[in-house]
Parts: sequence; C-alpha cells; structure tokens
Amino acid sequence: MAVERPLSPHLQVYRPQLTATLSILHRITGLLLSLGGTLLVGWVLILAQGPDHHEHLQAFANGSIVKWLVCAGFYVFVFSLVYHLLNGIRHLVWDAGYGLDIPSAYRSGWAVVVLSIVITALLAWRAMNGGAA
Amino acid sequence: MSLQTPLGRVRGLGSAREGVAHWSAQRVSAVLLLPLSIWFLSCVLPVLGQPYSDARVYVAQPMNAFLLLTFMLALIYHALLGVQVVIEDYIHTRWLEVGLQVAIKLIAFLAALATAFALIRIVLGA
Repeated sequence: MAVERPLSPHLQVYRPQLTATLSILHRITGLLLSLGGTLLVGWVLILAQGPDHHEHLQAFANGSIVKWLVCAGFYVFVFSLVYHLLNGIRHLVWDAGYGLDIPSAYRSGWAVVVLSIVITALLAWRAMNGGAA
Repeated sequence: MSLQTPLGRVRGLGSAREGVAHWSAQRVSAVLLLPLSIWFLSCVLPVLGQPYSDARVYVAQPMNAFLLLTFMLALIYHALLGVQVVIEDYIHTRWLEVGLQVAIKLIAFLAALATAFALIRIVLGA
C-alpha cells in the first residue's frame, strides 16, 4: 500500500554542525526527561506510601553498584533539565522571530552549551557540599 | 480548487488540521515550565536525597505541593506532546507507531492521576 520513497535528510553527507547537534540533543534530553519525570512520579508515590517503602528505596539506591548508577543517572537528569530549559528558551526566542540568522544561532548555541555545563557543575557542587544528592 | 493529487486524496493524505494547536500547546506548556523548572532545580533537587521525614515535611507544605503538582502535570503534558512527535518522526512500522502512541497517552494519563492522588494524600497527612 505505502509507496517506498527515500526519506529526506541524508545526514551522512553533512559535516556535524553545532546547530544540528544541539537540535538532536534537545530531543534526546527531552526523551531522558520524560523518563526522569516517570521516575519522579514513582518518588512521589513512594513518599505517599510511607516510611517503610521509602526505606526500601533508599536502601536500594545506596547499594554499592546501584549507588554509582543512581548518581550518574541523577546528573544526566539534572544536565538534561538544565540544557533542555536553556535551549528551550533559545527555541522560544526563535519562535518569536529573533536570532534566526546564522551568526546569532551559533552565538546562542555556544552560550547554551557553556551555561548548561556551568549550571550543572554548580548544582553538583551544591549537592556535594549540602550532602544531599 | 485543490492541488492535491487524486491518489493522495484516496489515501486520505494531507493536513489533519491539528498541527497549530499541538505546536502552540507545546510552547504554552514550555512557558509554564520555565519558572517551575528553575524552582525545581533550586529547591526540590536537594529534597530528593533527604530522609523520609524531611522530604515528606517539605512536600506536605501546601505551596510546595501545589508547585510540585503544577510542575509535574505541566511536565507530563509537555513530555506527551514531545514524545508524540518523536514517535511520528522515527517509527515507521505502522502497528508499532500506533501502539506506542496509545501507550504514551495511557502512561501520561496514569502518571498525572497517580501524582495528584499521591500529593493530595501527602498534604492531607493520611
């Protein structure tokens, strides 16, 4: 039934560019945040269930190998949220019709990269000094 | 006069006339999520690792519970709209595409209900 036609963006013929990379990163972080949001629902549910369930969760999260996975997953989630938030602002500005020329798109792109890394690092620093990650 | 080909018309191709509403809902929820995400990152993040009693006391505060509920409902809605487009773009096997589209809507619906029930329970102290 369906007519087989070639799909349009032939990505393999392009040199990787900042704008395209940030665009796909926006999607990837969005998917990760959907996953993280689902886990957040689980956390709220466990919080409502009572201290016993929460103890199980913390015991699980503090397991020797799981601990590193939870920690890594947590920072992937934080970076994803920071990046998606900043790049989302970039997208909203574009939607309003500003900053669409190529030099501006690169400037705002690099600004998003630098700010995401700095803000994620600051949040990690605060978590380590506050003891709660 | 339509420029659509007869073949296209027979196959039911063309605009579903839902694109603008989807596009705008994605952006309105994004604007709502801007301040809420900043609040989540600065205030709620440390609570995630806290012991049960501290975390529960924090979430039980009416304003925190309200902000968390708003954040999570907006997040679930925004995520549903986004994941829908990702599936449309990349999944070309028809049965899998339809299955996933139905699945994400059910998951989003259940997640929103579960969040609301859990937060109401925490605030009322049951």
